Amino acid sequence: MSAPPPALDLTAIRADFPVLCQRVHDRPLVYLDNAATSQTPSAVIDTLRTYYETYNANIHRGLHVLSERATAEYEAARRRVAGFVNAAHAHEVIFTRGTTEAVNLVARSWGDAHVNAGDDILLTELEHHSNLVPWQMLAKRRGATLRYVPISPEGRIDLEAYARMFGPRTRLVAVTHMSNVLGVITPAARIVQIARANGVPVLLDAAQSVPHLAVDVQALDADFVAFSGHKVLGPTGIGALYAKEAWLEAMDPLFGGGSMIRTVELHESSWAGLPEKFEGGTPNIAGAIGLGAAVDYVQNVGIDAVTAHEDALTERALAMLSDLDGVRVLGPQDTTDRGGVISFTVDGVHPHDVGTLLDADGIAVRAGHHCAQPLMRKLGVAATVRASLYLYNSPHEVDALAEGVARAKAFFDEH
Amino acid sequence: MSIDDLYRDVIMDHYKRPRRKGELANANVVIEGFNPLCGDEVKLWLRIDDQGVVQDAAFTGHGCSISQASTSIMTAAAVGASVDDLRGVIDGFRAMMLQGAEPDETLLGDGVALEGVRKFPVRIKCAVLSWNTLQLGLDEHTARGGQVELRHSED
Repeated sequence: MSAPPPALDLTAIRADFPVLCQRVHDRPLVYLDNAATSQTPSAVIDTLRTYYETYNANIHRGLHVLSERATAEYEAARRRVAGFVNAAHAHEVIFTRGTTEAVNLVARSWGDAHVNAGDDILLTELEHHSNLVPWQMLAKRRGATLRYVPISPEGRIDLEAYARMFGPRTRLVAVTHMSNVLGVITPAARIVQIARANGVPVLLDAAQSVPHLAVDVQALDADFVAFSGHKVLGPTGIGALYAKEAWLEAMDPLFGGGSMIRTVELHESSWAGLPEKFEGGTPNIAGAIGLGAAVDYVQNVGIDAVTAHEDALTERALAMLSDLDGVRVLGPQDTTDRGGVISFTVDGVHPHDVGTLLDADGIAVRAGHHCAQPLMRKLGVAATVRASLYLYNSPHEVDALAEGVARAKAFFDEH
Repeated sequence: MSIDDLYRDVIMDHYKRPRRKGELANANVVIEGFNPLCGDEVKLWLRIDDQGVVQDAAFTGHGCSISQASTSIMTAAAVGASVDDLRGVIDGFRAMMLQGAEPDETLLGDGVALEGVRKFPVRIKCAVLSWNTLQLGLDEHTARGGQVELRHSED
């Protein structure tokens, strides 16, 4: 990046999100739970409304006007999403319910065909349960072994150890692109390069990265990239699997049913081409079209401007929280390789109590193990408070968070 | 809804100065409770004599102020109580937390301070975890007698 991206117009952006203009417990809502789910701009809500009010129809078979329009918009959404992550072809984007379904699709359709007894799959100690449990299930089915790349106390992957973990039976690397607990951004391009040198494909869990930083699947050269729509301003129940065309051509479908076949005989069938082969049954048409509108919204703001805005807020939050007595921020302490997911603990106050006290101030955060129990064990904490940022958050909201945490600590200290 | 309904002085006192926290060397009922949703863990240690009276009780584990205070209040109430009386206390506590029954201070003692948790639905599980765990421990003790060791997970 040469010139810094233009600053985003926060006032205009906030006005695009109706949910933000409300009071919670008689305080202005401060929404800092974006790693769990993001809010929805009017542009996406309007797109869903227009779909249901004017052209709700099933796709790919109707001979009528509504169906033709729904089909066109659904496929246009696929092109938008493909463009957003710079896929070479739109048909390399398979719509799924979200990241979890995308990872499970690969574990089933690809994993069952390529992973055998005695094989290895490399994961890291950072993973969310959705990029962990599907591989445990695959390993159990096929008699394979999961091996975990170690991380530093800040959550950085040990690349040297990683490079040494490849063996003749290593079949896949499945790794997060950004930790949903520590915010640490993994060196995905380097991870893929090392795997490629060993002839091993890579799946990236990009649920936390796609919404917040430019993800170019061709530049990363990843084989599989999974992400969710609802974390990138889209509706729930829609997400995508990007996979290289050659893999998708070779893989068997996961779901048999309507739309995914070419011909069906009594005892066997042949599959439709890409991407229909992997989208059996009526898909989430409205959701996909809504996701298309969501990525358009992010692109109009500019993903680099989003990253820069969040980096500034993250630096501010790291500085303010670290300044508080008894507050410990986990993960990297600057934004060189971290995004706006900030986990912390408060001495003498359990994360759930911090969460409840912040909620009383109108501040929404998450507290708990964040669906990453092995990582929490590694970090030696049972739970953390997690504040996570997005493009519509303001410096003032970061200040409110720090003040709320200080008040929570004082409340417990006083009693 | 006020935050003071949740964090009453009695609760904060039990959280910061838990009664009967620690292990019990000669316990004959040891039971662990686990809430997978939030990661709270509690381990109860009871010594119940042949007459069915709780001679001693203690707890270890970790969790939020509500779960820790609730467990402290419960173990303190258990000592000296017969198993049958204790079942009545558990029923009364669960009725207050889960069915909206009026708090009965004669029956529940400090336990009535947890009434305010009802206004915070996501925190109710924090308050009842140790009571559910105790109930299972008593059931197992009554059914099998002798040494009881169990692990229980909330759903």
